[in-house]
Order: sequence, then structure tokens, then C-alpha cells
Amino acid sequence: MIVEDTIAAVSTPHGTGGIGIIRISGDKSFEIAKTIFKGKNNFDKIKSHTINYGKIIDPVKEDTIDEVLLTKMKKPNTFTREDIIEINCHGGMVVLKKILDLVFKQGAKPAEPGEFTKRAFLNGRIDLSQAEAVIDVINSKTEESSKAAVNQLEGKLSFKLKNFRKKLIEMLAHIEVSIDYPEHDIEEITGKKIYEEIIIIKENLEEIIKNFERGRILREGIDAVIIGKPNVGKSSLLNELSGKSRAIVTDIPGTTRDILEEYVNINGVPVRIIDTAGIRETKDAVEIIGVEKAHRAVEEAELVIMMIDAKKGFTHEDSAILEKISSKKLIVLINKIDKVSEKDVNNIEKNLKEIKYIKTSLKEEIGIDKIGDMITKLFAKGEINLNNQILLTNIRHKSLIDKAISSIDDAMAAYKNKMPLDLMSIDIVSAADFLGEITGESVKDDVIHEIFSRFCLGK
Amino acid sequence: MEFIAGEYEVVVIGAGHAGCEAALASARKNIKTVIFSINLDSVANMPCNPSIGGTAKGHLVREIDALGGEMGKIADKTLIQSKMLNRAKGPAVFSLRAQIDRREYQSEMKNVLEMQENLDLKQAEIIELITEDIGGRKKVTGVKTHTGTIYKCKAVIMTTGTYLKSKIIIGNISYSSGPDGLFPANKLSDSLKELNIDLLRFKTGTPARVNKRSIDFSKMEEQPGDDRIIPFSFENEEINIEQILCHLTYTNKKTHEVIRNNLHRSPLFGGLIEGIGPRYCPSIEDKVSRFKDKERHQIFIEPMGLKTQEMYLQGMSSSLPEDVQNEMIKTLPGLENVSVMRSAYAIEYDCIDPTQLKLTLELRNIDGLFSAGQINGSSGYEEAAAQGLIAGINAALKIKGEETITLDRSQAYIGVLIDDLVTKGTNEPYRMMTSRAEYRLLLRQDNADLRLTPLGYDKGLISEERYLKFKEKKRRIEEEISRLEKTVVPPKEKQIEYLKKMNSTPIKSGVKLKDLLKRPEISYDSLKEIDDNMPDLSFTIKEQVSVTVKYEGYIKRQMMQVGQFKKLEKKKLNKDINYEEIKGLRIEARQKLNKVKPESVGQASRISGVSPADISVLLIYLESLKKRGDL
Repeated sequence: MIVEDTIAAVSTPHGTGGIGIIRISGDKSFEIAKTIFKGKNNFDKIKSHTINYGKIIDPVKEDTIDEVLLTKMKKPNTFTREDIIEINCHGGMVVLKKILDLVFKQGAKPAEPGEFTKRAFLNGRIDLSQAEAVIDVINSKTEESSKAAVNQLEGKLSFKLKNFRKKLIEMLAHIEVSIDYPEHDIEEITGKKIYEEIIIIKENLEEIIKNFERGRILREGIDAVIIGKPNVGKSSLLNELSGKSRAIVTDIPGTTRDILEEYVNINGVPVRIIDTAGIRETKDAVEIIGVEKAHRAVEEAELVIMMIDAKKGFTHEDSAILEKISSKKLIVLINKIDKVSEKDVNNIEKNLKEIKYIKTSLKEEIGIDKIGDMITKLFAKGEINLNNQILLTNIRHKSLIDKAISSIDDAMAAYKNKMPLDLMSIDIVSAADFLGEITGESVKDDVIHEIFSRFCLGK
Repeated sequence: MEFIAGEYEVVVIGAGHAGCEAALASARKNIKTVIFSINLDSVANMPCNPSIGGTAKGHLVREIDALGGEMGKIADKTLIQSKMLNRAKGPAVFSLRAQIDRREYQSEMKNVLEMQENLDLKQAEIIELITEDIGGRKKVTGVKTHTGTIYKCKAVIMTTGTYLKSKIIIGNISYSSGPDGLFPANKLSDSLKELNIDLLRFKTGTPARVNKRSIDFSKMEEQPGDDRIIPFSFENEEINIEQILCHLTYTNKKTHEVIRNNLHRSPLFGGLIEGIGPRYCPSIEDKVSRFKDKERHQIFIEPMGLKTQEMYLQGMSSSLPEDVQNEMIKTLPGLENVSVMRSAYAIEYDCIDPTQLKLTLELRNIDGLFSAGQINGSSGYEEAAAQGLIAGINAALKIKGEETITLDRSQAYIGVLIDDLVTKGTNEPYRMMTSRAEYRLLLRQDNADLRLTPLGYDKGLISEERYLKFKEKKRRIEEEISRLEKTVVPPKEKQIEYLKKMNSTPIKSGVKLKDLLKRPEISYDSLKEIDDNMPDLSFTIKEQVSVTVKYEGYIKRQMMQVGQFKKLEKKKLNKDINYEEIKGLRIEARQKLNKVKPESVGQASRISGVSPADISVLLIYLESLKKRGDL
């Protein structure tokens, strides 16, 4: 928000070769770059607007993250008219993320949607006629990223974060009420009690961060969903793809009973594949839920892999499904071709005009490698976009959780230094604020509301 | 018969806590001022609790004093018990509260008004505001009293408290009346409506008063004041008086049973009360029905003054019928034979929607019309006085053609109070709380003078003499902090002994006195043992030095946050902007911005319903204007 912060973001669309540029803009960009970049020459001596080879090194762990090309650009001759650092990395998405994370740790803030452009404008770099375009960028990007944030936050993580934040708010309300109503006979809250409670929250947040780093929660790349009638071979396909790629295999336990998801790496493109319950009309209550979930997964996915059972031929159910997903990027697999004659297969093919399809037999390992090729092709042609927004909001979330943890550390230090409750509360407010930035809630009103709903006060 | 009786520059309507401060501030700025009260015997009345200060409210009184207001001085003169609350909870939330002799307070304040140059007091009900259209804008030009008398003026400050169309409710009985049996002001609301001012209807209440002679104090806990009284006013060094006792008793099962059995007779359930009551000030029946698990509630017994036997039952606010009140009070230990002198009641009144105000407390749409206190949707004497002071100063400055003042959220609780009311509005009577102030470590009650006295002096409300004293105090604080910074303590026997005695980590090499003072176990006074050059300083200076050193890290952090906050506050928004015309703002944001007409981008960002993306759009809009040369 505040124009004067130093901001950073990945400023290229991610993807194909995993090449990406991280851009840092603001007063502190040189300072930040200096702490993590090691080149041939002393950083201060690097000339403006030159490209320099060097390494990005984590200053704490002292390990090299990537070899990069770094461009230092002194204001005002830059896009934003602020000091800018651009880091060209080659190590792919994971490395890109690691470096960005490092940049945040050194004090940069994640850039808001459209913020580089906004700054360029505010600093007089872009002329007036473009003002409206800038506003459009901000609005569209905000919408996009909030949509992404919602996608991201539906589910367990969001539930957890909201819960931790709620606990912090309860503590704050308790502190505040003992401050604002000192003579009421409410149970006295002690620094010790708060200390013990925030330790638990801190440990939980650290666990979430670990998961981020392990890539369990970090969802990236494209979302693909496998659909088809029961027993067409969906699960086999999922196993096949994930087994071959030896990708980071993750199911998120407890989220769903009937949707499995895995991350696979198909020719370098990270893909999250969701295996749905079979889609068919049913009256069974449990199955209805599964089918509804499958429909929703399809809605959210960017790529649909639909499987048709060659043995059963092209049924009217298949045709209904195809109609439903007509607006989606689609790959059709005609599976079990080993079990039927060529003529049967042709009959199915007739129904797939203008649709990309592959003839497969998972059992006999026929056609499987073509699946990867087709996904890559769709991607390379720009027909599917990598899920950048989700990746970015993810990094933003991680950086906010990191900050919440460090605020809790401060509160704990305050307790150890025998600071009064009032000062501990300053850090707890910050922690709750950072979590609130993720879940989109503000602390102050919540605390006051909590005070009056939980405590009996009055004259 | 209508006739024009005279002309003033400023007219103040209502002589409660807001009105008194407003009138004094205006008159002290050499503006010809008149203050009206329906009854001049009710000037500066305390129709509810006989106390001033408390958490956050004590801060407000200190700030009023630092700006040259009157409340703190009169409270010091008339207090009968004093306590610094929250001593153990951190320097920012130390809160001063005093029990006040209510009648004494009133007569002292009335006398100050009477003695004030440029100020007239008049007993009359104002029933109408007279306005003229000047250049397409409404401007207030006079007021009319209930007898038809007209006073012309340049500005009006409305400080009508709970008197507008006020209605008292006790059980199923309700009647038109102001608090304490005073007349209500039944006509002014209609005049406001005619001027297209949006009104709200709020409710508050007060507990019963009982005769001291009918109380058995032996069954209650004593609540004494502090040994050392800390004055509200920065002009007073010390106060030495004999303090009275307050007492504490508790409700019990029996009390709750009486209440539960009669809940159906509460006017709240019968729909007799339509006003919105405050959450922080629930009636006893509210508490009993909402918090069913709580076995007892505290009731404090507070004297109304030295020359009266009337006692106030803090915690017993109620609007139940009189017979139920009597029955429930008698269940309290020590009050078995109580004689009730005044019954508890709820009161409903008209107030204005404060989002119609500018941060100067002038109405946006009517030139020269200011309002302060409960009419703005706040509650509390201190909140009222604080607004009154600001409205009074600003009305005077406006007439003089000088720049008006607004305090921001990083400067004062007064700033938080006014910004909250004006920017967010309120849907219940608004009470100040420390949790509402985001920079409360900076907004301490001990440094209110350091924060605000230069402004008070600049605006002519602080005398030359007081200002010189203030500057001397400030100099000595800075000098002492820098001495502590420069003085290094050697690790010699005496020093090691001292640290041992204080249970503090020993030192191996020289350490600055300042760093020792930062240790939680080391107090400023105790340092005297190893600090031969310690100057003889007053209590307040020592306190300031100690707080500044001990919490330096936190203070610095909040100052940085304030630095960020100020950047957006400095980006001003013109009041004539039509937000409907700004492309890119969301519809909700357009509506809210048009309603509040914020004065800065910072204020806009605090309006609920305005998102960070909307703020970006606003910034770009401002920049476009600048480039076009419109700004």
C-alpha cells in the first residue's frame, strides 16, 4: 500500500524453461541485493544498467541457491523511477521461489497487484493517458489474485489460520479487557499464560511453514482434473503419471474422501491432478456428494482429462459430460483399446470431432507418453496458463506467516524481559494482523467485539 | 414575540461538559461567546457516575488539560478520592480516575464560566437554528429561544447532551424528561431535521442513588484511594486531601432470581425502548440474562459528594420497574434496609449521525455549525469535554479566519475519538477505550503535555508562564536522558554490590547508566546508590525519563509505524470530489466515500467498505489531477 516500501515479485510469466526474473523496486533494493548477491566485483562498485554474473547465497545458511544474472538500475532511469534490481534466474520455479523468499526475508514486501505499474505512474514514468489503464490493471489483478486467494484458502489451511488468529484475538480481548476494565472481577490473565499459549500457536505456524517448504501445500502449476465413468481407469492413470514422474506425491489427508490429488511433473510442467469420483447420475446420498465435488473440481480446473471406456463405447452419458465441459481445455483418452476392435475405436472417434484425443491402454502401456506431449503442447501454445496467481499468493501467504511468527517471537522475548502485558499485546496485535492480511480481517474491531461478547462489563 | 436581543460571535447550546469547554475555549480566544442552558443550576452536571477519568478517559482529561482545557483543573479541585489504575500493566495504560464531589464540581465550573471575559451565561432553551443561503451554501446566522428571542451569531456549537427529545423509561412508565428531572429540549431536533441533518436515536441509563445512612458498610469491602494523589492537571504538582472510601458489594443468587422473575417487565422486552444502548454499559438485567454462568456481579458504592448522603450504585444500571428495583437492591449484602432516593432509569435521546461532520467537528453541509459531545453519538463526560474543546477552538479559529486544528490518531486519544466518530460513525453510544488507539504506547497519560501543550500554546490557550515551565520540564527530561546515556558505570565493588542486591546480572566491564535502567528490575530511584551525580528531579520528570528509557525499543517501533501512517494522512482529498465520477472505484467505495467525504487518503482507508485497491485508484486519481494541474 505505502508507496515508499521496497517491493518485490516475480515479474515474468513462469513457465516453459523455468527462467524467470525477480524484480525488486524501492529505496532498499540495493541494500537487499547486496546481502544475497555475490559477484566478481564488490556490489557497490557495480555500474548502473549493467548485467552481472554471480551467485545468490542465503546469508544465514550460507549456501548457494542459484547462479544468476543481476541487473542493477539506479533511479531515476528505471521503470518505476526507483532503484531497481532484476535477478535473472535459470534454476526453475522452485529456485525462483526460494530467491524471492530470501528477498522478502531481507525486508522487501510482496508487491500488490499492479504495483510496479502503479509506482511507475505515481513517479511520473507513465503519462496521463495511461492512468485509466493502470487502474484497470490494478482492479483486474486484484480480482484475479483475490480469486486465487479464495481458491487457495478454501480448505484446511484457511481453517487453521483463522483458528490461530481467533486464539490470538481471544487473548488480546482478555488483555484489553483487563486493561480497560481494571476493576472488574474477571479472571486475571498473566504474561505467563499468554506465553504458554503463543508458544503453541508459534509451533503450529512453523509446522505450516515447513509444509510450504516441503511443497505439500504449495500448489503450483496447472490444475488438471481426471473425469470419466466409474472403472474407466482414472486411478490407474493417476498412478501411472505420478509413478513415472516420481513427483512430489501428496494427498492432503482429511480434505476429501473421494477426491485424490497428486502433483506430477510432466515434461517439466508441474501439474496438479485431481482424480474424481466417477461422474454419473445417482441417487445414493454419499455418492451424490462425491459427484458434486467432482463437478466443482472440473469447474475450477484449467485442464480436463476425460476418459472414455472403449469397451463400453461412446454412451450418451459421455456425450452429456462433453457438453458440460465444452468451455474447458480438454484431452480425451480412449482407454482400454487393447480390449476392443479397431472398428469399435473408430465409432468412438467419430464422436470426437475437433477434440484432441489419444488412444491408450494403461494396462498395456500404450499411448501414455503421448499424454505428456499433448499437455506440453497445449501449454507451449499458450492454451493453458500456469497458475501464477496461486503461486504468488502462496509466497505472499508464506511471507505473512513468517512475519506472524517473528511477531510472536517478539512477544515471547517481551515476556522474558519482564515487559508488562500491554507491551506484549503490541506484538500479538501484529501477529494477528499478519494472519488477518491472509484471511482478510482487521484486528481492532474484532478485539472490541470479542471484549463485549465474552466479558460481562458495565456500570 | 420575536425580537433580536443581541449578537454574539459564537453561541453554545447546552452547558454540560462539552458546552463548558467549548464556551471557555472560544471566549479565551477573545471571541464574544454566549452559552445557553435550560437550567443554569445544572451547569456541568454529572447525571451518571460521580467520577472523572478511568481507562482511556483519564488520558482524555490529561489531553484536555495539555491543550488548555478546564476539566482536569476542576476535577483536581473537587476530587474526594483518586486512584491510578493499571499500575502493573504497562506505562501506556496507567489511567487516572477520581471520585468527584458533584455539586462542588458544578459550582466551581459555573464560577469559572461566570468569571470568564467575553463569555455570557443565559438560561434559555434554544428551539431553532437560523440559517441563510450564502453562495449556494447554508450558513448558520442565529438561534431562537423558547420565548422567541433571537440572537444573531457567526457560529453555533451544539452540545445538547442527552436532552434532545429525551425520554425517561422506568419499567412500563415512560415520560418526556431530561436527566435528573430537568426539562428536555423537545423542539431543536425538528429544526435540525429541517436542515436535512440525519438524526439517530440512542439510549443510555443510570443506576439508583441511595441514602448512605441506610447502608451497612460492615458487610462490604473497603475501596480506598491511592496514598499519593497524582493530579489530572499538569499545572498542579500535588494534592493533599483527606480521601473518602468507596465500597464494594456483590449481587447473588437471590438478586439474579428477582431479576429473572421480572425480566418480562423490562421495557426492552416490551418494545418501549427503541434507542440503541451501549454494549459496554449494559443494565444489570442485561448482564444477568446474557452471562448466565456468572454467579455474582460487582456493585461499587460511590459517594456523590461530601455534603450529601446520596450514594451511587455503580454496576446496577437498570430500567426495570421501581418495585423490582427496590426488591433487587435489597438482596445485596449491606443494602438490606436501603432507602432509595432516586430510581435507576434508562434515557433515550436524539443525536446526529457523526459522519456528517468534518474532523474539525463542523457539519460539512452547514457553514458555521459545530457539534460536540453526546449529540455526536459519544458517551461519557470526558469524551464530551474533549470534543467540546476542539469544537470551541475551531469555531473561534474559523471566525478569526485562521487555520482550524485537527488532531490525528498518532497525536492524541482526542484524535482517535473524533476520527472514529467522523470516519466510521457509530451504532451505539461511543466510549473511549485504550484498545481503540493503535499507537497507545505513544499516547500515554504521562506525556500528554509533551504531545499537545505546544499546540495549546500556539493556539493561545496556554499561558506564557505555563509554557515556559513546560519548556523547562522538557529540557530537563532531555538533559537527564542524555546524561544517563553518557555516564558509564565501572564494575567496582559498590556497583557489583548494588546489582546483587537488585537481583540483577553482574557487570564485567563499564556499562551505561541508561542500559542499566533498561533492566526491568532496576528503577530510576534505586540508581541513586551508584549514581553520585543524580540531579534532584520532580516525580513527573523522573517518570518521563524512566518510561522513555525503559521502553525505548517499543517506542521507536511505534514511531516508525506512525511515520508510515502519516504519509497517507498527508495526501489530502478535496471535499468537492464526486466519487461517483472516479472510474475504477467499486460501487460500495464510491457510496461510502461520497457519504463521509474524507479529508485525506489515510482517512479514506479507514472507512469500512473501502479496499486497498480502491485506495490505489484514489492515489492514481490524485496524481492525474496533479498532472493536469488541477491540484
